[in-house]
Amino acid sequence: MARTLITSPKTARRGEVVEIRTLIAHPMESGFRVDAEGKVRPRDIIRRFSCRYNGELVFRAELFPAVAANPYIAFSTVAQESGSLSFTWEGDNGFAQTETVAIGVT
Amino acid sequence: MSACARVGALACALLAGAASATAAGAPSAAAGPDERRSGFDFMSRQTQAMQRDDTLNPGLLWVAAGEELWNLKAGRGDRSCASCHGDAKTSMRGVAARYPAYDTALRRPVDLAQRINRCRQERQQAEPLAAESADLLGLESHVAHQSRGLPIAPDPDARLAPFRERGRQLFGQRLGLLNLSCAQCHDDLAGRRLGSSPIPQAHPTGYPIYRLEWQGLGSLQRRMRNCMTGVRAEPFGYGAPELVELELFLVERARGMPLETPAVRP
Repeated sequence: MARTLITSPKTARRGEVVEIRTLIAHPMESGFRVDAEGKVRPRDIIRRFSCRYNGELVFRAELFPAVAANPYIAFSTVAQESGSLSFTWEGDNGFAQTETVAIGVT
Repeated sequence: MSACARVGALACALLAGAASATAAGAPSAAAGPDERRSGFDFMSRQTQAMQRDDTLNPGLLWVAAGEELWNLKAGRGDRSCASCHGDAKTSMRGVAARYPAYDTALRRPVDLAQRINRCRQERQQAEPLAAESADLLGLESHVAHQSRGLPIAPDPDARLAPFRERGRQLFGQRLGLLNLSCAQCHDDLAGRRLGSSPIPQAHPTGYPIYRLEWQGLGSLQRRMRNCMTGVRAEPFGYGAPELVELELFLVERARGMPLETPAVRP
């Protein structure tokens, strides 16, 4: 499991725009580099990121080889109701990780 | 950057440096007691913002991994760092600010990474962690993170003096095919540029650092070995006494400057 750092407000008022920041430990190996023996290092990147708010897709992004290691993705959404925000990163070599945080809306 | 571009830029900088050594502005002045600057001050605003904000700083990923390791039992001793040291937040506060420190048993200075591995071997009776491994960098950054904001306060042990002196000499020693010493860039030309990169004053204020060029965390020894390869010298091996002596000299130069671990550097 890759390590993640997710920053989102624990509570928000209904209708408030909230900022969510995510950071995930991932090498984002571009597939264009060679190792010490001159062999190409196979590509290993995160391809897709998505955020679901109580199951509804509120943000998604596609990632490409030019994205730096340990990608940082920040976005905002509108607080609607209490529940959960789930974040999914998917990538090469079957990489898939989901993290969930709670949000309380008053 | 090509080797030619590097050498060319350096030659220009050397010429210009001779003419304006006294007229240099604030950030380009040579390192003096009042004019010391952290590498942070030489960075772009964007990179500074990345270091300042804990939600953006990827170094915190290693710090979090280190915290987990701190509490993980290891080796035949079946104990974790926390079994002896307790909560790092209190027990490790200020520790990284005084390393490298004198080790009475070894009768020489050890840096923080070596100290962690000594503990691992003697107390936990586990295999030492490999130099620059994610685990070692994690533990080192977790320990050093507890001293963030504290002034660097080198170990006052008098037995360190000869080692520090050797470090000082090595700092001024010309090395490699380019025949350059650390001091020629980091004392004489600090604040100027090598190619497009600003030359910092070589104060190790934020190690282990998250370096954008590395796309990851790395130690002060990795940074010094980088510079040695840059001047086409054969770098000293990880943990070599020469590197620890250099570290010892560098922290003395940076005495009183606040620790920034995990710093972000370009």
